[in-house]
Amino acid sequence: MSSIALEVRDVSTSFGENLIHDRISCTVYQNEIYALLGGSGSGKSTLMREMILLERPDSGTIRIFGQDLSTITPIEALKLRRSWGVLFQSGALFSSLTVGENIALLYKEYTDLPPNLIQELVNLKINLVGLPLHAKHLYPSELSGGMVKRAALARALALDPKLLFLDEPTSGLDPLSARQFDELILQLRDLLGLTVIMVTHDLDTIHHIIDRFTLLGNKKAIAEGTLKEVLQVDHPIIDYFFQKGSHGITR
Amino acid sequence: MQTRIPASFSVIEDKEKTTLVCSGSWTIEYLHEVAEALEGLHPRSNVIWDIAAISDIDSSGVALWHMSNEAFKCQGYHYSTINAREEYTHLYRLLYPEPLHQEPPRTYPSWIYIIGQASYRIYTRLLSFLAFFGEAFVIFFYTLRYPHLIRYRSIGAHILETGARALPIIAISAFLIGVVVAYQSVVQLQKFGADIFIVDMIGISLTRELAPLITAIVVAGRSGSAFTAQIGAMKMTQEIDAMKTMGFDPFTFLVWPRVIALMIVMPLLIFFADMVGILGGMVIAATQSHLSFTEFLHRLQGALALKHYLIGIAKGPFFAFLIAFVGTYRGFQVSMNTESIGQYTTKSVVNAIFLVIACDALFSVLLTELKL
Repeated sequence: MSSIALEVRDVSTSFGENLIHDRISCTVYQNEIYALLGGSGSGKSTLMREMILLERPDSGTIRIFGQDLSTITPIEALKLRRSWGVLFQSGALFSSLTVGENIALLYKEYTDLPPNLIQELVNLKINLVGLPLHAKHLYPSELSGGMVKRAALARALALDPKLLFLDEPTSGLDPLSARQFDELILQLRDLLGLTVIMVTHDLDTIHHIIDRFTLLGNKKAIAEGTLKEVLQVDHPIIDYFFQKGSHGITR
Repeated sequence: MQTRIPASFSVIEDKEKTTLVCSGSWTIEYLHEVAEALEGLHPRSNVIWDIAAISDIDSSGVALWHMSNEAFKCQGYHYSTINAREEYTHLYRLLYPEPLHQEPPRTYPSWIYIIGQASYRIYTRLLSFLAFFGEAFVIFFYTLRYPHLIRYRSIGAHILETGARALPIIAISAFLIGVVVAYQSVVQLQKFGADIFIVDMIGISLTRELAPLITAIVVAGRSGSAFTAQIGAMKMTQEIDAMKTMGFDPFTFLVWPRVIALMIVMPLLIFFADMVGILGGMVIAATQSHLSFTEFLHRLQGALALKHYLIGIAKGPFFAFLIAFVGTYRGFQVSMNTESIGQYTTKSVVNAIFLVIACDALFSVLLTELKL
């Protein structure tokens, strides 16, 4: 196994009285596609928000590339934020900018590359995620759901991140687009050396591209490992989540 | 992580070829200088890239390489690359699977087209306003026929929000306007020994003109903008679409409750502003010109004809109608981006204040001609 990209140790979180995470741990190795799974309300999105510094756990540590997020300084945090890309479920493209401007914004803020190279890079990223080139001049409100996802992925990939966080990347896509999206992520991982962490519900995605995952349920991390390893474990939530038997997924 | 050295290249020229020997990290942070250098590079023969010594490359490095090659091609030279590692080739294939389609050059329309387009836009906006206005009144007459459709509870809530909750700010504004008018008048009137006319001055100017206007401006800024923002946010989150699909008419649910509530509340607010404004004037009259409250009120009964007060109050529903209508109309115009909420809220307040002042001017001319 290669070295550790992200490590969660004994993380507990509660919103007021409501306990979300009870001492959760998991480990993501470099260059793998890792998933956080669980039913609705199992706290997987919250865990991801804690990983990307949008929320803080009550206790426990999260380390990304060895950097402890609880003791991170603002400068280190900025550096870390530039080394990852985040794809939000709804895309979260800036609605007042065109797709091209959404992507170019990162280059303009963080690099001093000449404008024609920036335009070339924008074209490149748009092409990379499979959008037609004219989409560059469109506003997010003029795009279909699938195109919004792709545009948001292009923005997440703008700075060639090492780490890619995806929040339900295939939700709202038709099955064919969803498989293409999976294929794209797989290719990007192989060629750009990405580590991908995603929250997903899509069983096809889990089957085809996920290397390892953690299943959250009952506020705890129930199981961690490859699909084969997890299916060995006997637990009602695992049976329920993978609908063992009913859909042809067997041990 | 290994330490990285910035990207660089050196040029070796001989008779047949120009060799670019590249080294360092061709990644986004380290690319700035070579990008500029490559832009200024004009080879005199075919180009060979030797990329054996580069430590790593990312998509921006590949893009730069590709762009430079395009430039060499334009100058009539071939290019080739030697010593590329396999993963670099893969990366290039991923990024440039086939020749990227060249963007068609953007064409700029002629001035006639621009004028035509602008005129057409104004025309469609006028139509959309008329459509809004028309639909609102169709719904209005429809609800008059079926009065159980009127949203009394919603009207009540808006009366509380736009009326009762606006009292403090209106009190302060009206009081200060009373103070200002009284102060300025006292100085001028004292020159003629006509101190007592301050009562006429305050009584008439406040009740007839200033109190309605100030109230309308405060309400436009406070409630008109809120109407636009509320409806605009509902439009962005598709709540209005959801309402329509459930058969809730946006005009009965959103527009008319606000318009009617404001039309009920506005005359009351103007009355309140009259009272507080006159109080402000009385305080100044008492302190600056030693006119006691009793004397002031006694004089006011003679000086202030009922018609001035009534005209001021009567303006209320008209102003309210304009403010509420513009506010809600602009709300429905908000499109699916966050910037437009701010844009239309600003427009709604500016339009409402302009319309109120225009309407007031119309009243002035009309009533003077009617000798009122």
